[in-house]
This record gives sequence, structure tokens and C-alpha cells, in this order.
Amino acid sequence: MTQLPQSTDRKMGLVIDLDTCVGCHACVISCKGWNTENYGAPLSDQDAYGSDPSGTFLNRVHSFEVQPTPCQSNPAPEAQLIHFPKSCLHCEDAPCVTVCPTGASYKRVEDGIVLVNESDCIGCGLCAWSCPYGARELDQAEGVMKKCTLCVDRIYNENLEEVDRVPTCVRTCPAGARHFGDLGDPNSDVSQLVAERGGMDLMPEMGTKPVNKYLPPRPKDTIEEQIDILAPLLAPIAEEPQGFLGWLDKALDKLPGGNA
Amino acid sequence: MTIQQPKIDTSPKISDEIRRTTCYMCACRCGINVHMKSGKVAYIEGNRDHPVNKGVLCAKGSAGIMQVNAPSRLRAPLKRVGPRGSGAFEEISWEEALTMATDLLEPIRKDNPEKLAFFTGRDQSQSFTSFWAQHFGTPNYAAHGGFCSVNMAAGGIYTMGGAFWEFGQPDWDHTKLFMMFGVAEDHDSNPIKMGLGKIKARGARVIGVNPIRSGYNAIADEWVGITPGTDGLFILSMIHVLLKAGKIDLDYLSRYTNAPVLVNASEGAENGLFLRDADGKPLVIDRNTGELTAFNKPGVRPDLSATHTIDGVTHRPVFHQMVERYMADEYAPEAIADRCGIPAKRIRAIAGELARVAFDEAFELDKEWTDFRGEKHTKMIGRPVAMHSMRGVSAHANGFQTCRALHVLQIILGTVEVPGGFRFKPPYPKPVEAHPKPHYGVTPGKPLDGPHLGYVTGPDDLCLKEDGSAARIDKAYTWENPMSAHGLMHMVISNAHAGDPYKIDTLFMYMANMSWNSSMNTKGVMEMLTDKDENGDYVIPNIIYSDAYSSEMVAYADLVLPDTTYLERHDCISLLDRPICEADAAADAIRWPVIEPDRDVRGFQSVLCELGARLNLPGFVNEDGSQKYADYGDYIVNHQRKPGIGPLHGFRGDGTQAGRGDVNPEQLDKYIENGGFCVTHIPDGADYYKPWNAAYQDWAVEIGLYDSPQPYLFQLYSEPMRKFQLAAEGHGDRQPPEHLRERIKETLDPLPIWYETDQEGNQGFTVNALTQRPMAMYHSWGTQNAWLRQLHGRNPLYVPTKLMRQHGLSDGDWAKVTSPHGSITVPVMEMAALNDNTVWTWNAIGKRKGAWALEEDAPEATKGFLLNHLIHELLPPKADGMRWANSDPVTGQAAWFDLKVKIEKAGAPDDLPESQPVFEPIKSPVGTGPKNLAWKVGK
Repeated sequence: MTQLPQSTDRKMGLVIDLDTCVGCHACVISCKGWNTENYGAPLSDQDAYGSDPSGTFLNRVHSFEVQPTPCQSNPAPEAQLIHFPKSCLHCEDAPCVTVCPTGASYKRVEDGIVLVNESDCIGCGLCAWSCPYGARELDQAEGVMKKCTLCVDRIYNENLEEVDRVPTCVRTCPAGARHFGDLGDPNSDVSQLVAERGGMDLMPEMGTKPVNKYLPPRPKDTIEEQIDILAPLLAPIAEEPQGFLGWLDKALDKLPGGNA
Repeated sequence: MTIQQPKIDTSPKISDEIRRTTCYMCACRCGINVHMKSGKVAYIEGNRDHPVNKGVLCAKGSAGIMQVNAPSRLRAPLKRVGPRGSGAFEEISWEEALTMATDLLEPIRKDNPEKLAFFTGRDQSQSFTSFWAQHFGTPNYAAHGGFCSVNMAAGGIYTMGGAFWEFGQPDWDHTKLFMMFGVAEDHDSNPIKMGLGKIKARGARVIGVNPIRSGYNAIADEWVGITPGTDGLFILSMIHVLLKAGKIDLDYLSRYTNAPVLVNASEGAENGLFLRDADGKPLVIDRNTGELTAFNKPGVRPDLSATHTIDGVTHRPVFHQMVERYMADEYAPEAIADRCGIPAKRIRAIAGELARVAFDEAFELDKEWTDFRGEKHTKMIGRPVAMHSMRGVSAHANGFQTCRALHVLQIILGTVEVPGGFRFKPPYPKPVEAHPKPHYGVTPGKPLDGPHLGYVTGPDDLCLKEDGSAARIDKAYTWENPMSAHGLMHMVISNAHAGDPYKIDTLFMYMANMSWNSSMNTKGVMEMLTDKDENGDYVIPNIIYSDAYSSEMVAYADLVLPDTTYLERHDCISLLDRPICEADAAADAIRWPVIEPDRDVRGFQSVLCELGARLNLPGFVNEDGSQKYADYGDYIVNHQRKPGIGPLHGFRGDGTQAGRGDVNPEQLDKYIENGGFCVTHIPDGADYYKPWNAAYQDWAVEIGLYDSPQPYLFQLYSEPMRKFQLAAEGHGDRQPPEHLRERIKETLDPLPIWYETDQEGNQGFTVNALTQRPMAMYHSWGTQNAWLRQLHGRNPLYVPTKLMRQHGLSDGDWAKVTSPHGSITVPVMEMAALNDNTVWTWNAIGKRKGAWALEEDAPEATKGFLLNHLIHELLPPKADGMRWANSDPVTGQAAWFDLKVKIEKAGAPDDLPESQPVFEPIKSPVGTGPKNLAWKVGK
């Protein structure tokens, strides 16, 4: 079994905003493209044009319907659809590392990124079995375990401009729903965003201490609760067209350049 | 094991070279960085400098590598050797292909150019293809707008000189309330997502009006799951509430709209037209003087209230008519709530929120500007309410009026072209008068007498022959749909098959999958394309088709001209047709061959350059008869529409001129150097109030968008529509046929109305059925894509919980879905976040066996399906046996979303092997793709 580091210098990870994610899969395919061409073996596809196409992805978006609980202010709430992107959460207590029989899975001391050293990976699949999030996929062509690298080959890459030294999923996200940074530093932008928006751990009960955080959706369908504020705005100035035209004349006089 | 951290290379080389061009994985036209390794495409990402996407890229864009390497790419010109529809072809040389095409087209042009119908699909080169068609001389040209969103475009142009999407955008930097109507997950793509992200980051509110709560609507703070087709009623009800509360921008209405313009109340042929002065300027009463005055006179303060009496007839301003109409009880929230499926309280709350944000959160920008009346303003007033709308409003037979209603709502709140509101993108704003009118003057052997498509302003502009019959094969600009600004591509094949209004000889199409997902009545279209007359000849004698891929339509062509992929070609995203401008800037872009084709294929536009020369078309040959443009790249640089104005606005003349300037032979190189695009910013202070802002108008003239300043008023009341009504009332020489009089009177109302779409024949079909395009896939272009089809390879029919229970359905069951036109049997899936009387599915996932290089047992071909089979291009017969077009009576927009169905359970998941109907496989001209992929081009 493989040991985790006692601590890591930084806790690099993602903050994913579920209030903003539109479920477009941009992150999924950008990840597929970058990681097919870069770190380790390409992400392969089986039966690519056939009846049961299935490939390796390091990041997937799932969509869940949510039926809010009726309450006094909203006795018949509408169902909601939440888009939920999911990739490796680079857990502090990563069970996928400790379960690895060859030492291929490891968590980096300098930034906390969990990686697979493909040359040591025997494709036994124990790590995928141990991950409560289903974040690892065994590549069927190469027979090695693939997972999110947090684009370790981008975020320090001196061949990229500094602004581009972020994971490819973050760079590409059209809605800006993905944020990258050091979650070990309470003053980092991502930590502050988590604090402001009530960022959450995914399944904290599993005890994995995930580094990635999710920002919850904001409350929805509340406009009718504001009717007390809005109703006075809509107080009629007239019920009939004739009355309206009377009001209109006075109102026109009050405009800039008017007589009032 | 103890930690022995491997050393890894965290700074690998990214690529040999980045080639920057324009994406074409959908119609959004983002800038892309194509990373090359050893001359091959290694990776595609967004271009940070690009005005459209600013670095981001959607799933489609990133999957471009799978598109340019798709096994479905056509490889060489094809000549049909089996029956039409079989897919039996032989590969031929380009010389043979071009000779065949020339031999077909030359006699048509010589004798009767209208016998060529040239229609292009999702063509991004319409200013070029229309130029070709115009020089050929046929009146029968259009692109796909008629079955896409012509209601939106025309509703916007006729009301405010611009519409949504390519015409304008929300002021994302300032808006505090964003409301979208009928916006599925596509148009436009990345800019909407970026905008939503931007406004959500600062906590602004989003209201989504859509029967389906997915995509953008899923993240809306408020979801209005409206009954399809009733958006207009909902909007007019909010206008009712706002008028009653006096929550309208009177200053804006009086200055910038035709609300104060006086309407002629005299009986007769002028009734309902504007009072005008001797110069034709609409008249208002000046509140300063009480005098009748031209609307644009310096110093005039147009009066929204005053009337004018001549000879005992009182002429009232437009605004009086609006007040009278929309304050009526029929528009009260309580009166319309049930029909719209929205509680009255919710309608009031939303109207209240619009008013609160527009007026209580108004703000000012310290920008001076001068209006077209010469009045100087020291500030710009912001009203931070922005709206957007697309096909959910557009694709109904009441869509044009609904689009107009929506613009009226925006305008009475004073939110168009102001900070925080909705802003136009150059070349818009552009009033109807600044657009061409449609042309249809045919002379054998000569060009058409002008551009095909344009904006009519009354019956005189209709495209009618002397006998009153339609001049165009699609019957655009006729009494059936007088304001059909984009043509009616969806009617071309059925009209050509019926020989109504006349027979054609050759159907020439580009990028339009008419025998599958781009037609109503798909099976019927296949039959029309293969139907033979009593002599055994095809009823549509010749079909030429160009596509880059082995689409379903390929099988129905006699001659196939294989196009390149988007990374292998020149293109220009031109200010002459559908540019990529921003509200702050004019912008255009190019595509250029970042890779060379590895097949015997040619860019379609380059083929047209050669074909045009072979046919001796005036615009395509030099004086000595030689070919004028070697290829499309040559055309892009050297063509001039007017002296100094060409397809690209940037780097003209000596390379520093924008807009107007001589041809610059280095222009394409300059674009490539600049990242594939060129941006010219609107000066500060000219960037809002554009239709009335003298500084903007002058800038637009300077860069060649207009020839002279074109200030105008927003047309709350549409005089062109009134002219059609007047004809229907019996005035004028050009008269509609009797059977259309009543409909024209009713539906061409000059002030927005709502009407229930024609439900005759729909008795018993009560469930609304819709389609949406997924964000990660664009029409059929995505299904062949090995990565994207793993995201959206299946398209169940999504059924609301209530209907699932009612019909005893469970996920995966088969349901028979029936319309008056036909039935399909398809797999279902429950969805709760859905209007409870609406079913829907993803558009164009379903594929025909043998197409797109997919295996015949691909889920797209076995479980996938099209709703198109249920939608006919004609409505069910009326009592008199007549069948009217399933289109908007104003514009001819295909009314896809008026579909009504009934559903019943057809079996458990294992009871049926495949979705119904099943069609014979077509023989693939390209075989099928490889089994497995592990795509890595670098070492």
C-alpha cells in the first residue's frame, strides 16, 4: 500500500459553481482534447462509431433533477435541474492512493495533486474501486488508470503564458463556473469565494477531505415572495384609457423640458 | 510504500505552431487556436484575443479535431449510378463534375434562369452565394433563415432596426436583470454563457421563460414554464400591467419611437397610415408649440398625448392606440394566466421586477452625446433590464407578432440601446428603409435585377408575376407570407415537386440536410426527391448537392460536390452578411486553410468561382472571359461590392484603413497575423443610443456601414403592415386573393397582437411537442463526432411527470406519438422540470442507417428519432379542402413549434427493437469509421 504525504505545501484544486454551470460539457471535451494529446497515454475511445461508444474521460457532467420540498411560502415548488461536473477532487485523505499496490498512485507534496505514474500502474482497478466519487477511469486501450491531473502539465508550464497556466477545463469554461487555486491558503481568491458562497465538500461523510469545493445553487423561484415589495410599484394610475391619458398629460409636463 | 515521488515534466512543449482561425462547429463563430504538431492538428482551444469568445470554447469547438478527421468526410466528387436515394455513386474527377454541372446549368441560364433553385443551408457566405445566384439570374435563392428564425430577424428589423443574436446583445457589463424568452441551448452559444456567468458573478437576476428547464433556463433564478406559443400573450399582459401603473419611459417613447406620430383617421386608402409632411416625414405635435411638426425637426418635443383635428377628423398618435388596446381587460394577468400556464400573481411580480429594476435601479453614465435633432445630452441614462429571445418565440405561426410584442416591451421600458439594456451590434441599427427590397426581375442570360432578399414596405414590393402568381419557387413575398425576409427554404422541395408555382429543372443545394433533419415531413420529402413522372423521369429532374460529409441528403443528389472541412478552407465572416460584431465594435473574421485536404475535395465557394466562370457569369469573369477569381480567397480580397467596400473591412488600402479602402493584396496575411479577425472600435460616446446618436451615425458612414446617416424612430406601430391590411380591405391595385383577405386583416395588425395558431384539424391532439439542440451538439454535424456522440448519442422523448403517470409510462418504455400527419414510436424518459403538457427531444440526434459513417446499429440509427416526421409543411385540410402552409402568415417562418401530438404507451423497453419509422439503410459512399480511437499526433 502507498502512503500519503503528512501534509502538502499547497492544496491546489477546483471550485465549481453549481449556480452558474449550464451543463454545456465544454470542460469535458476540452479535458478530453488536452489529455488525449498530453500527459500519459491518450484517452481512447472504443466502438467510436458503433453501437456502444465508450471512451475514457477525466471529467464528466451529470445532470440531476431536484424536487424542492414544499414550504409555506412556496407550497408547490417547481422542479429544478442541476448540472454537476465531476472529476478527481484531489482528496487530502485520498483512498485511491493508499489502496494502490504498486505506488503508481500518489499525492504530490508540493501541491497536493493526485497523479498516476502510468509506468508503474498495472491496471488492477483497486483505486477506482476505492474512490467514492467514481473519478477514475481505466483506459481500455492502454490498460492504465487515468484521472484528472489538474493539468499538472499546464499549471507550471513555462511554454504557456502565465494567464494560461490553469487547467484546460477552467480556461475553456464559457460560463466562468470553474475556478482554480490554492484552497490551503485562506486568502486565495478561491478560498474567499468558498467562504462567501458557502462552498461545500462533496460527500464529507466519506472522510476523504476533498480539496475541490462546490458552490451551491442560489435559491430559485422566489419572486412571488417579493410581491409585497413589488406590488406598490404597480399601483394603477388609471383603470381606463381615458384616465390614463389624463395622467399622461401631467406626467409629460414633469419630463425634462416640460411645463411643470 | 514510502513516498518516492516521480519526476515529471511540468513544462512540456505545447505544439510546433499555433494557427488562429474561426470555428465552424456551430454558427457562433468563435476564434480558435489550432495547435499544430508535425503539420497535424493536435489540440484546439479558444483564442483569448477574439471578440466573440475571449478564450473560452464550448464542447463542440474543442471536439473540432474529431470533425476534421471524421470518417464521414466525403473524398471525391460523386456521380449517382443507382436510383436516387440508394446511395450508389461512383467517384469522378473534378473536371467531369464541373463539366456535368456546367452542362446542366448553361441551358437553364440561357433560356429560363428561374428553373434553377439554388438554396444554401447553414451557409456563412450568403453575401457570396447570393451574389453568385444573382449573376446567374435566378430569383430562386435563399439560405436557411426561413426555417430557422426569420420571425426574430424580421420582427426586430421592422420594429427597431435590429434583432437579437447577430444583431445585438445585452449590455452584460451593466445589466441587473436579464430575461430570456424561448432561448434553448444554442443561439448564440458562448457569448450567452459568458454573459450569464458575468452577471451571475455580480448577483444579477436571470428570468428564463421556456417550457423546458434545461441549459440556460436551469440556472435562471426564476423559471417560467410557459405553455408553448403563448409568450406573446404573457408579454402583452406585462405591457398591460406596466401601462396601468404608468411604469413606462415617457421621455424615451416621445423622443425615439413613433409613439407620438399621428395616425391618419380618415376613411379611405390612407386610413391607419402616418400623417406626413411634403417631404414624407411622419408628423407629430410639438409639445412646445402645439404645432404639427416633422418628427426630426431640431428642437421638437414630440407630444405623446396631443391629437390633431383636420376637417372634423381627429388624428391620434400611435400611443393613444397602444393605451387603448393594451389597457383592455383581455390582457389582464387574471384573464390570460390559464392560457399561458403562469399564475397571475407571478405575472404581476415579474412585471413589477422589470419596473423596479428599469426605473428604481436606473443609473447614469457620464458620457456626452448629441442626438439626431441636434440636442446635446450630458449623460446617458441606464435602465439595467436586458432581454434575449430565440427560436422558442420565433418558430410559431404567431412568432412575428410575438417578437414585435417583445420589442415593444423592451421599448416602453426604455431599455433598448441604453446602458444596461439591449444594444445593437454594427452594421445594426439599420432601419427597414436602409435594407434592399426583394428583387425578382429575370432576363434570360442576364443577372437578376438586384438582390433576392430584402424588406418589403407594402404590397408594391411583393414578388408577384403579372398574373399574380408567385415569382419565387418558395412563394416568398406573396400574400401568403408577405414579409418573408429570408425566403422559405422549407417549401422549396414540395413546391418544386408540385410544380407550383412552376416546375424547375435543377435543385442546387449546399449544407442543407433536406432529406432528414432540415425538413418538415421528412418521409414525404424523400418521396418527392425520388418521385418519377409518367415518362419515368424524376419529377425534380436534376439535383446537385454540396456537403463536406456523408449526410442523409447526399444519397438524393445526382451530382455531389464534396466540400472541405472548416480547417481546410477560406471563409469570411463578413460585414456584408452575418458578421461577428460586438456592441462596442465592428468586427469580421476569416477562415484559412490551416491544414490542406488529404482528399480530392474543394471548398464550395471556390467551386462556385470556377463554375461561375465556366458559365460566363458577369461577376465571375474578366473582360476577356477568363476566370476572375482563382478561388474564394482571391474573391475575399479582390471583390468590391461598391468601390472601396469588400467582403472584409479590415486592413484595406495600405493596410491601415478600416471599412472603406482599396483592395489590399496582403489583406488575408494581415488577418492571419492578427489572429484571423479584425476589430474596429466605436468611439466613446457613440456607443449607446446608436439609432439617434449623431456620432455613431457619422462613424457608421465613415467605415462604410451606411452611405449617409440613417437616424430613425422605433416602429411600435408598423406602417408596412398596415399597408397590407389596407390592401386586404380593398384599397390599391394589388389585391390579395379572396381566401387570404381575412387572415391578412387579422394577422398583419400594425400593433402587436397575440392569436392562437391555427388549430383546425388538431382536434384531439393536445400535447405540445418541441425540440431543442443540445449545447454540445449542433444539428447533424455532431453525431458523427466520436467525442460528442458519447455525450448525446441518444435522444429519448422527455415526458413530464403528469403525462408519464397518466399514460402508465416508465423510463425506457416505448411510446407512440401521433400528430394529424403521422406517428413515430420512440423511447421515453421522465422529466419533472418541464411544462406539464409538453414533451420534447433533442434535435437531429436521430440518424438514418448508412449515413455519417456510423455503424448501422449505432444508437442514433436504432433508438434515435426525428420529430420531423410528425410535422407537415402544410396544415391539415380546412373545411373547403384547402391546406395552408404551416408557417407564420406574416413571414413564412416554419412553425415547427406549433406541433401538437397525443401519446400512448407502445411497449416495455424490450418489446421493440427500434424506434419507428425505420428506413432502408443507404449505401455509404465512405464506409464506416474505425472501431477504436487513441488519437495522439505528437510523440
